[in-house]
Amino acid sequence: MNEQTDKEPQVSQDEVAQIKDISQTKSRRRSQSVLVPLLAIVTALIIGALVIIFTDDTVYVAFGEGFFKGLWRAVEVIGKAYGAFFTGAFGDPVRIVNALLSGNANQIMRAIYPISETLRISTPYIFAGLAVALGFRGGLFNIGAEGQYFIAGLTTVYVGYSLPGLPWIIHLPLALVAGMLGGALWAAIPGYLKGKTGAHEVINTIMMNYIAFRFAEFMLDVGGPMSRGDGRPVSPEIAPSSYLPQFFPNSAALRFNVGFLLALLVAWLIWWLLFKTTLGYEIRTVGQNPRAARYAGMSVPRTIVITMAISGALAGLSAATDILGVLHFMPNAFYSGYGFDAIALALLGNSHPLGVVLSSLLFGALRAGAQNMQGIAQVPIDLTSILQGLIIVFIAAPEIIRALYRVRHLDKGEELVLTRGWGQM
Amino acid sequence: MVSINSTQSLPKISKRRATTLGIVFLVFAIAIVILFIPSAEPQQRTTFALDVTRGEALPIGSLTFSTTLGLYMMVLLSVFAGAWQLAKGFKHVYVVLSMVAGFFVLAFLIWAARDQSMNLTGMLQSSLLRAIPITLAALSGVMCERSGVVNIGIEGMMLAGAFLAALFGSIANNMWVGLFGAMIGGGLMAALLAVLAIKYKVDQVIAGTAINILATGLTSYFSSRYLQTNGALNSPPTFRPLPIPLLSKIPVIGPALFNHTFPVYLTFLLVIAIQGMLYYTRWGLRTRAVGEHPRAADTLGVNVFKMRYTNVLIGGMVAGLGGAYLVLSSVARFDELMTAGKGFIGLAAMIFGKWNPIGAFGSSLIFGFADSLQTKLAILSVPIPSQFLLMAPYLVTMVVLAGVVGQSRAPAADGVPYEKE
Repeated sequence: MNEQTDKEPQVSQDEVAQIKDISQTKSRRRSQSVLVPLLAIVTALIIGALVIIFTDDTVYVAFGEGFFKGLWRAVEVIGKAYGAFFTGAFGDPVRIVNALLSGNANQIMRAIYPISETLRISTPYIFAGLAVALGFRGGLFNIGAEGQYFIAGLTTVYVGYSLPGLPWIIHLPLALVAGMLGGALWAAIPGYLKGKTGAHEVINTIMMNYIAFRFAEFMLDVGGPMSRGDGRPVSPEIAPSSYLPQFFPNSAALRFNVGFLLALLVAWLIWWLLFKTTLGYEIRTVGQNPRAARYAGMSVPRTIVITMAISGALAGLSAATDILGVLHFMPNAFYSGYGFDAIALALLGNSHPLGVVLSSLLFGALRAGAQNMQGIAQVPIDLTSILQGLIIVFIAAPEIIRALYRVRHLDKGEELVLTRGWGQM
Repeated sequence: MVSINSTQSLPKISKRRATTLGIVFLVFAIAIVILFIPSAEPQQRTTFALDVTRGEALPIGSLTFSTTLGLYMMVLLSVFAGAWQLAKGFKHVYVVLSMVAGFFVLAFLIWAARDQSMNLTGMLQSSLLRAIPITLAALSGVMCERSGVVNIGIEGMMLAGAFLAALFGSIANNMWVGLFGAMIGGGLMAALLAVLAIKYKVDQVIAGTAINILATGLTSYFSSRYLQTNGALNSPPTFRPLPIPLLSKIPVIGPALFNHTFPVYLTFLLVIAIQGMLYYTRWGLRTRAVGEHPRAADTLGVNVFKMRYTNVLIGGMVAGLGGAYLVLSSVARFDELMTAGKGFIGLAAMIFGKWNPIGAFGSSLIFGFADSLQTKLAILSVPIPSQFLLMAPYLVTMVVLAGVVGQSRAPAADGVPYEKE
């Protein structure tokens, strides 16, 4: 509390202090920017474990027979649940080694299925996380990734099925660009409204989520303009020329595709954009201090629209890779949940592209593992939502983590401005 | 200097806006002429039924009239409003605006029900019922945001309320205990928001988002662990309609307003109570002061943190009641994600209602009306996709937020953590 109140009058002193020990603190600060998220994840997992123990009847029965029996049973329950979680996310190590030794392609594919699923689920997460992270850097809170995902899904799938016969080298990029444009356009509208009228992007992106959802429902409903026409509320299949190439084309189960490499490439591009280009500098300046940006001669409304458009294009890519790489059509209920997960991803990754990639891998593993956990240990899949909610809380309020683990507060000064309340503009 | 400038330019702006509004009224009239009149045959007749089958209102039969005549009436009324506005100007122009919008909607109903019958009273009733959870969500938002705490987590608070309403109600086999449980559920989530926003000064939008995700996870997890496997934990008793003596016998108004369950009346009471407390009590003045200018309030001895904590907690309980309504007045069970975005619609209703309890109630009614209209139109086989009607509330909110018609302004310190000197 004190550091923040002191900030205004003591800016110059702070800065002097910063320059003095910048060489010493930089490495320590960097280590802490990893430490706090790690502790947040660990704490969330511990609380998750407690939830699992307290909701397991057999633990209560065992405690009835004796304290140590109960304790042992609790450890067993957790071991089983998190063990299933691990093998669901990364595969059974023993099985993978055996399969590799046997050299049987079929066995290998079955053994690496879990990790391929983790990577597949991470792909759209990377894009969606980048979308929100870029917004945060620009001082904008894009809660609308879900809506941008719907609209981008529509534009992607339309290009995918309406232009059969194109060579893939044209068709695939065209479909990807269509998705980016769809998402960019949908996100640019709240950006424009914010830049022009000051209407808060949080409300507008939420509203546009619902509009997008209804619009997609209308387009894909039975008898709708984009429905398949066989009485099912889904779009037609896209042409194979627009498929994202699979890494394992012989196996239908292994859905891991080139989209993942594209995601890594785009993450690097966003890093380059943010930290190596003039536009990125403008985005970050507007995000940190719009007034200063204005005095420096930057057009704040223009930057806001551009930031939102790029953010929407990224959210659009998450839909495009889902459709072109995995689904090959668009169903009516296209809920992804990426919109909210992406907020957690961006926070966990400290709004840095590398951080987003790492946290996306983690969340991909969470989602893939939870499925297995539900199947084997009968722990409801919704545990992941609890873990995600807790992770957001701990990341957003690092004081809780610092107090729990007695970590000293090092990073004065450079704190990322995330969003602003809608009272002040 | 600045204030002089703004007072000088004020009449000019409002004059331009007055002319615009007059033209808007005329556009409504023209829209009726273009959209509805050409497809209405002269011999067609519209019937509005005014009695509902259940309830104790005195029967008055139904209203049948020529469709074209009805449509021309609506045109005439809108033209009159437009002409009057352009020539003389109304004092309460936004009231007239909503009236003209009402004429347009009525014209649409007259057109949609040509050669058919539409139950107007039934529709009012279902609009109100659909508006109740939205109203409670919006009231929760008003409570929190008036004191300066942005509440994006209404949805999560409603879910927690709905969950505990079902659980407590089932265990005690008593809906009043369920209602109490809902207040605990919403209150717990609100307490988390309050601690994060006020003590830890977390970005409030993020705190609210975390609450939504956490509440979704917790309620779904415990629901699939217990409520779905053990039916006895998920079968709360429900409130029965309590017709108010005499008032419920009035035709149209009786069934629409005075033949409902207790939570509906409670919502009416809360709207009036919060409006009254916010504007006519010391507590309300302090709440608004803390939301607009916390430093000034602090200087005058108001405990900013305490005001914010109390308001957020009450707001959470109100949101919890919204969740309870879904469980204890309609479906009698908890389903995962059963709030289905009502918390976010409530947020929209709060903005549309300009952060004011009665305004929030009014806009919730409009949203509830759009929702019930959509189901009615499917029955009347009107060639408008229901999805577009369901989009309307969100579009209108965006238009209002952009300041196109009547600016909606948030409390000045909304979303800004307070730092004590």
